[in-house]
Amino acid sequence: MTYRNDPYDPKQVALLDQSALDEAVAAAEKAFADAGDLDALAALRPAHLGDRAPVSLARREIGALPPAAKSDAGKRVNQARTTIQAGFDARQVVLREEQAQRVLAEERVDVSLPGDRRPRGARHPLSTLMERIGDLFVGMGYEIADGPEVELEWANFDALNIPPDHPARGLMDTFHVAAADGSTEGSGLVLRTHTSPVQARTMLTRTPPIYVVVPGRVYRTDELDATHTPVFHQVEGLVVDKGITMAHLRGTLDHFARAMFGPDARTRWRPHYFPFTEPSAEFDVWFAEHRDGPRWVEWGGCGMVNPRVLRACGIDPEVYSGFAFGMGIERTLMFRHGVSDMRDMVEGDVRFTRAFGVEI
Amino acid sequence: MRVPISWLREHVDLPADLTTERLEQALVGLGIEVESIVDLRATVTGGLVVGEVREIEELTGFKKPIRFCRVDVGDANGTGEPQEIVCGATNFAVGDRVVVILPGGELPGGFRIGARKTYGRNSNGMICSARELGLGEDHAGIMVLPADSPARPGDDARPVVGLDEIVVEVEITPDRGYAMSVRGIARELAHSFGVPFRDPGLVPAPAATPQPAYPVEVRDPLGCDRFAGRVVRGVDPTAASPEWMTRRLTLAGIRAISLAVDITNYVMLELGQPMHAFDLARLTGPLVVRRATAGEKLTTLDGVARVLDAEDMVICDDTGPISLAAVMGGQTSEVMPDTIDVLFEAAHWDPVMVGRTARRHKLFSEAAKRWERGVDPALPLVAIERAVSLLTEHGGGTAGAEILDFDEVAPPVPVELDVTLPARRVGVAYPPARVVALLEEIGCTVTSAGGAAPGSGTGDRIGVTPPTWRPDLTDPADFVEEVARLDGYDNVPGALPLAPAGRGLTDDQRRRRSIARTLAETGFVEVLSYPFVGPETLDALGLPADDARRSAVRLANPLSDEEPLLRTTLLGPLLGVLRRNVGRGHRDLALYEIGMVFQPRPGAGRPPAMGVDDRPSPARFTAADATVPHQPWHVAAALAGEVDPAGWWGGGRPADWSDAVQAARTVVEVAGIPGDRVTVRSGDRAPWHPGRCAEVLVDDVVVGYAGELHPRVVAALELPRRTCAMELDLDTLPAAPVVPAPRISGFPPALIDVALVVDADVPAESVQAALTEGAGDLLESVRLFDVYTSEQLGAGRRSLAYKLTFRAPDRTLTGEEAVAARDAAVSRAASRFGAVLRGA
Repeated sequence: MTYRNDPYDPKQVALLDQSALDEAVAAAEKAFADAGDLDALAALRPAHLGDRAPVSLARREIGALPPAAKSDAGKRVNQARTTIQAGFDARQVVLREEQAQRVLAEERVDVSLPGDRRPRGARHPLSTLMERIGDLFVGMGYEIADGPEVELEWANFDALNIPPDHPARGLMDTFHVAAADGSTEGSGLVLRTHTSPVQARTMLTRTPPIYVVVPGRVYRTDELDATHTPVFHQVEGLVVDKGITMAHLRGTLDHFARAMFGPDARTRWRPHYFPFTEPSAEFDVWFAEHRDGPRWVEWGGCGMVNPRVLRACGIDPEVYSGFAFGMGIERTLMFRHGVSDMRDMVEGDVRFTRAFGVEI
Repeated sequence: MRVPISWLREHVDLPADLTTERLEQALVGLGIEVESIVDLRATVTGGLVVGEVREIEELTGFKKPIRFCRVDVGDANGTGEPQEIVCGATNFAVGDRVVVILPGGELPGGFRIGARKTYGRNSNGMICSARELGLGEDHAGIMVLPADSPARPGDDARPVVGLDEIVVEVEITPDRGYAMSVRGIARELAHSFGVPFRDPGLVPAPAATPQPAYPVEVRDPLGCDRFAGRVVRGVDPTAASPEWMTRRLTLAGIRAISLAVDITNYVMLELGQPMHAFDLARLTGPLVVRRATAGEKLTTLDGVARVLDAEDMVICDDTGPISLAAVMGGQTSEVMPDTIDVLFEAAHWDPVMVGRTARRHKLFSEAAKRWERGVDPALPLVAIERAVSLLTEHGGGTAGAEILDFDEVAPPVPVELDVTLPARRVGVAYPPARVVALLEEIGCTVTSAGGAAPGSGTGDRIGVTPPTWRPDLTDPADFVEEVARLDGYDNVPGALPLAPAGRGLTDDQRRRRSIARTLAETGFVEVLSYPFVGPETLDALGLPADDARRSAVRLANPLSDEEPLLRTTLLGPLLGVLRRNVGRGHRDLALYEIGMVFQPRPGAGRPPAMGVDDRPSPARFTAADATVPHQPWHVAAALAGEVDPAGWWGGGRPADWSDAVQAARTVVEVAGIPGDRVTVRSGDRAPWHPGRCAEVLVDDVVVGYAGELHPRVVAALELPRRTCAMELDLDTLPAAPVVPAPRISGFPPALIDVALVVDADVPAESVQAALTEGAGDLLESVRLFDVYTSEQLGAGRRSLAYKLTFRAPDRTLTGEEAVAARDAAVSRAASRFGAVLRGA
């Protein structure tokens, strides 16, 4: 080992003086505290921690010390440097946090600005209402059946115990399809006046037990006004099974009413006449949320499937019985949502439809 | 049908304190729909009293005669002094008794009466006319009470003038013809209240005599199975209908005409038996009841000259048809003001014939409405007797001794009924004895089919013969309804049936819902338009003459002659809704509709006849179904204005052809069709712009079109400029395959962009397909991110820039591997389309 600087020269080691080191530490700490931002702090680094910084120069002077003093001086220099570095780091943490806060503050926005760069559309409430009803019955094990809107007269009327000269046929205000050859005999086709022909089609194509609901569009020759429309929608249900009674119809309709209108809802029946059911009833629902106060609201028609209908569709009425029910969707939407004018549901004004979103 | 309660009370002992609410409840519970119940007592409020005129002072100097009257109203005005009233009528004298409404009262129509100064005098009330009281149309003067009226000044005038009635208006269902009468409604109310009923249809009436009242030949007993008649001679032609009769007719909504006619209407309302009164002097020769011959003419009572059909039934004399049987009488034989001898006719007609005749001649008379619903065939002689006695009582004259009664009515047939059936169908444990009792209550005759007493064991079969007034009771189910109805529907308990496990929605149903929901969530608003269109719409859409969409289902009786067709494309109606929205000030519109279109089957002919006694054979039903137009589900969308709106974030973006094409692509994608089976290529089809029309194919089958509409179509339909649209046939979309899960590699991708210069008419999708093919398995995705044209590239050339992502499933790709794959991709595009790598 060689000691190049053995001769001790106090002039050359002045920086190792404890007071000089303390001064350097104090100067650095003051400078760091004065640094207002990270750039200013970074600019101070060479002066206080760089190669020409007092503590760095002091370290170089250690070599000039006698061996006995080196250890002590090294410790002191290191301590000073560590203190300065710690001061720098601490100040840097503070300034970084300040800067982060400043950036966040600068990036503040008005979160109340609208963000509808691509507005969503909407489902028609009649569609979603039919789907909601369909889903309810699907949950009970029913399936959804559908059929054509231009329908065989036979399926729309005859099969449903409405023979050609039945008064009920006259009451239906039917759109008839013109014969292709222009003959007056008629085409044997109509725009279906109710969803009930799907009952006939279902019974012809399935075997009991049958549990179906039929949502769909139907037609009557009414002019459009506030309470009538020539094109409207119905949902009807059909059950054909062994041992089906009117009590099953009651239980089903009451369940349906509660699911649609809340736990207090229930149905009230009034004897009525439909050719395709016997016994038949019209039913009202207790609607607590009516805009004019809780009340009974006319809702639909129902009854036990007329054995003549079962027979026309090849189902033995001695073995099977069934019930059917149906209601107008426009009517349901009108009282459930307080729609006061039929035309709002028909005209397709986007303001009306948008109000309902994609579920109902 | 409208009827005053007092009339019903003549035949049924209704509770004395019956409220309108209770009455309505009872009728509704019976299945008789209540249209209205009007309590005439409540139509005039406040003091309505009898007054006696004490003094009349004629006021002069006005345009019309005005009287200032002092009227004794007893103590009704609280003072006992005569009431001072100004009156504009002059048909009364001092001493007459009149009807006075006192200040504070209100007449029908919300006409409030006060004390006021008029014609220079104080008028404290009003002297009323019949019309002001809502009692008729007579406004010629005020009501003056008959001299023999016992009413005294100050008495409540309501019972005096007939304002003490409650009138109920009911709607009768098509199966219950018997209820279109006082007799029927009273019978039903007797069931409901459990009170005695006196049947006006079961009173004794003289039977037919060997000598007929008038010679009649019934040539068609199918159309007319009963025909009764009797003559009354020497009637006083000036005799008026009694006041109670005209009041009841008026309350029932039937105009009073003459005594004989009023009596036929009165008997019809009371019993339900439509009748006719002939003027005997105007009949020539014997009557013949027969079918009309086609083209025969008859002028009915309403003054309409009608051309008859061979199915119509007529009553004829030697001059030809004189009455359209069961529907309306003819002019030549009707009772006139000078009629002295009257022939009453009461018959029974085939309801089907009457219904067809009424519909054919659009003549839904009160008589026709009853015949169509069924009239009790046991009534004719009872009705004749009632009419004859009313006429001789009020019009004098002598009833002829001869009574005609042609009667070929078949008696009601007993129906075999399992007495347990009501309980099994309704779910209420009706004891057999209760079933029998209820059926007997409505007039049925119940016999034991097997000899045992009815209801003595389960499964008992009984014979039930319905009464003559219930032709609707033919099937066991009809009797089940009567039991349930009379026992009360409210007694039916609730129980849920147990459905078998269901299969949920079908794939098609789920697909339509997904498409609907997705379009809604991508900005489109659902529309449910009417499917009615006219040839003008098809013209406006620019459909060529031979376009299949011009072959449309035609309605025989459209609502509008301009729109007799059913849509073959959703676009016509959908664009109509778009235009309506534009007209209401909406600018930025995106609409869609999912619905059926209607495609006729040329040459399909009429469906074969099918019965209802058993199911049609599968072959027959299939043949019938083959005549039903094809009705595929379509989806269509239309856009106008901005699809991305302007906002604080910047400017908006107008909808263009690509939004319509993307909507079509979205539908196909949501339908579950993998992208590699979908082709979008340039198409040419109305109503689209020939240069901006995309044809969408799945597996090389065209499923629809999308793009910008032809400017001529836009102009013809008055749509916003550059309106865009798409329409797809959902029924042509194949079933969605089961999606194979992709293998997800965790190794890093290699991303390489390539810009290819190709001829401008090479479709971008084809270039992309070539790149994909050439790149091989390492290609994970390819995406077009820029389309560029410039002079430098040259006319008719463009640059397409693609971002290629390569990735291997099992390793990190080397640069060499990625570049090799890219080169392979580019060389495929180069060899197929002459693509040149830009910058290479």
